[in-house]
Amino acid sequence: MFYRETGQFKTNYADDMALLPILQDRIGLGIILFVAYVIIPFFGNDFLLSTVMIPFLVFSLAAIGLNILTGFTGLISLGTGAFMGVGAYACYKVSSTFPDLNILFCIVFSGVFSALVGVLFGLPSLRIKGFYLAVATLAAQFFLQWCFVRIPWLYNYNVSGAIEVSQRSIFGVIVTGAKATPESRYIVMLVLVTLMTWVAANVLSGRIGRAFMAVRDMDIAAELMGIDLLKTKLLAFAFSSFYAGVAGAAMMFIWVGGGEANDSFNINQSFLILFMVIIGGLGSLLGAFLGAAFISSLPTILKFGLPAIGIPLAGATAEHLTYILVGGLILFFLIVEPHGLARLWQIGKQKLRMWPFPY
Amino acid sequence: MKMRKTTLGLATAVIAGTLMMGVETAKADDSIFVPLFTYRTGPFAGSGIPIADGMHDYLTMLNERDGGIGGVKIAIDECETGYDTKKGLECYDAVKPKNPVIINPWSTGITLPLIPKASVDKIPVLSMAYGLSASARGDIFPWVFNPPDTYWDGLGMILRYIGSQEGGLEKIKGKKIGYIYFDGGFGKEPIPLFEQLAKDFGFELKLYPVPPGEMQNQSSQWLAVRRDRPDYMVMYGWGAMNTTAVKEAAKVSYPMDKFISIWWPGEDDVRGTEGAKGFKTLNWHGIGTDYQALKDIQKFVVDKGLSKAPKDKVGELLYNRGVYNSLLIAEGIATAQKLTGKKVVDGADVRRGLESLNIDEARLKAIGLAGFTGTLQLTCNNHNGHRPSFVQQWDGAKWVKISDLIEPMPDKVKPALDAAAQDYAEKNAGWPKRTEACDKPS
Repeated sequence: MFYRETGQFKTNYADDMALLPILQDRIGLGIILFVAYVIIPFFGNDFLLSTVMIPFLVFSLAAIGLNILTGFTGLISLGTGAFMGVGAYACYKVSSTFPDLNILFCIVFSGVFSALVGVLFGLPSLRIKGFYLAVATLAAQFFLQWCFVRIPWLYNYNVSGAIEVSQRSIFGVIVTGAKATPESRYIVMLVLVTLMTWVAANVLSGRIGRAFMAVRDMDIAAELMGIDLLKTKLLAFAFSSFYAGVAGAAMMFIWVGGGEANDSFNINQSFLILFMVIIGGLGSLLGAFLGAAFISSLPTILKFGLPAIGIPLAGATAEHLTYILVGGLILFFLIVEPHGLARLWQIGKQKLRMWPFPY
Repeated sequence: MKMRKTTLGLATAVIAGTLMMGVETAKADDSIFVPLFTYRTGPFAGSGIPIADGMHDYLTMLNERDGGIGGVKIAIDECETGYDTKKGLECYDAVKPKNPVIINPWSTGITLPLIPKASVDKIPVLSMAYGLSASARGDIFPWVFNPPDTYWDGLGMILRYIGSQEGGLEKIKGKKIGYIYFDGGFGKEPIPLFEQLAKDFGFELKLYPVPPGEMQNQSSQWLAVRRDRPDYMVMYGWGAMNTTAVKEAAKVSYPMDKFISIWWPGEDDVRGTEGAKGFKTLNWHGIGTDYQALKDIQKFVVDKGLSKAPKDKVGELLYNRGVYNSLLIAEGIATAQKLTGKKVVDGADVRRGLESLNIDEARLKAIGLAGFTGTLQLTCNNHNGHRPSFVQQWDGAKWVKISDLIEPMPDKVKPALDAAAQDYAEKNAGWPKRTEACDKPS
């Protein structure tokens, strides 16, 4: 009744190619952005901002990155954690070498380093596919993590081997370091994610994105249609690693605020992001957000939310219960909808179109 | 359909509950909130559980026996970190609105990001003999405490012990010393000092790093040990790494009495390993329940069913390590009460309390821990104490103290410590200068 495109006529090509052709979708996005930009920072408490929302945004970014590679181009990668690490260490090096550089620029620029490394480790993708490629990217994971430990230059020869985040501000507002308020860190993260999602959505619905999908569906056919496989696959790796790198830099600088970085970017991190992409929905930007919310935020909400509504759970019990619940939910969703949460949402939308008179 | 609605309702309630978290802050003004970061899950749970029990039970005992500290109940809340930095930060954000007076991160990884936060949030961090060694400098890190020893002190003591075995420190010249370590911040921190000492004393240093993911697979490292045949092995490990190292050392029949570890292996790491007999570690406190306070824990906590610890685990090495940690918390709070005259103290008061901490023999006797551990006095500048420790040896069934107290090497450690602290302050541009006033030593 409410969600129906009846009467919304497209009278020019621009309308037809719009990212969100249906008015209701645009209103919905507007509401989401309003909630994210106005309601949450004004009414959310510090815990919600710094422990639920900021990690969610960081992981969304990483999941978008992997989704570009795995979901849209069909190349499986187990190196996302390492590419995030490249971003984090690059950001540390850049920001400590140029102390006056805007930190936001450092974070985005570190994505470029990550993209270069991604291209290098993407080279085997021209010859191998599927599980074999996954193993090749596993090499990236181990090699890069080895570098993070073994090359002291990367962490400025700190005795603790940790990345140390100094205090930086944008327009006079402190955004990194211990004095940064959760609100300012959240807004910086949100702006970053909004912009990068907007870019990704446009690129993926354009020529490049279509080339990615053509390669995913059948690379020989894509080649016959004139798509240069070398360029496209490496571009996908670069694009994906860029997002992962920015996510890694943001994780260390905006979320965690320094510390032992090498172990944060281990193989588990790579798997976690792969799970986000799979559970969220391969080949869907919305899926990246849903997957990140499911894998990263749900355990936190369960662990601290259940005791807060009066279910007496403490310490380890909450942890165990969270594992059980999240594990159960993963099974449940994969049985109900093997194509991920994004597909579930799509089905919901279809049903909404018919509602309340399905034929 | 009904079930779906219930699920939906429950989910909403959970989310709403999370949002409300911060709202119900510090509802009880008549208690002191002490959060305990513990890890009863994850790869380090084997070490984490006895420590968690020890910390928890000592504070519970104070509540049950004395009605808290200075007549004020301690509100204890455990938060599970799983030894994971991100979860630790979650815990920190969760407890912060409830006005904790002290944070015990129980992981070097969690300690590092908390160090800059401590001075901003006015919550002191107690990283007992772990964390950043440089934070022993109170003038640069006024909010961080790491008594009674840094990892560098530990290294100095181990070397002194090796020297005493050889008949003098000058005799270790030309010897080969192997260092097997957790290849993360904690294990790597002593390497520069170790290299310096190797140069000073003229011994040869061999490094055997164990990557975090490979803790349970050390065969290649021990193969190299068998090839190199170091005269002594020094270990800085944690959790499963200790267990595995002892097993592997036994397998390559490395002489166990030449294998000396920093203070983290517990009974469970060596018990049941054939050939673990002779293995040595550093330690600075008593084992067993032969102390009044430990007996009180049994009487007021364990026997009443308030403890999660199995009865026979009470008094084990790592359990007592937890007790020692809580002893520092309790004494910090008590000293703060004495200094400020307030009953309900806050984080800033406890920071002052820890800085004026003076646990002498008389005090140890008064709290029922005479002979449990050495004295400890902290000052404004010295947040560590650099106290002597002793070496203990596994006799196949229990730890036996085999040496007198060994002093660390302040002449070697102090320059490294100062340099590291300066370096930290410089690299973190805008590191705040200490503004907190010093209390006169009482």
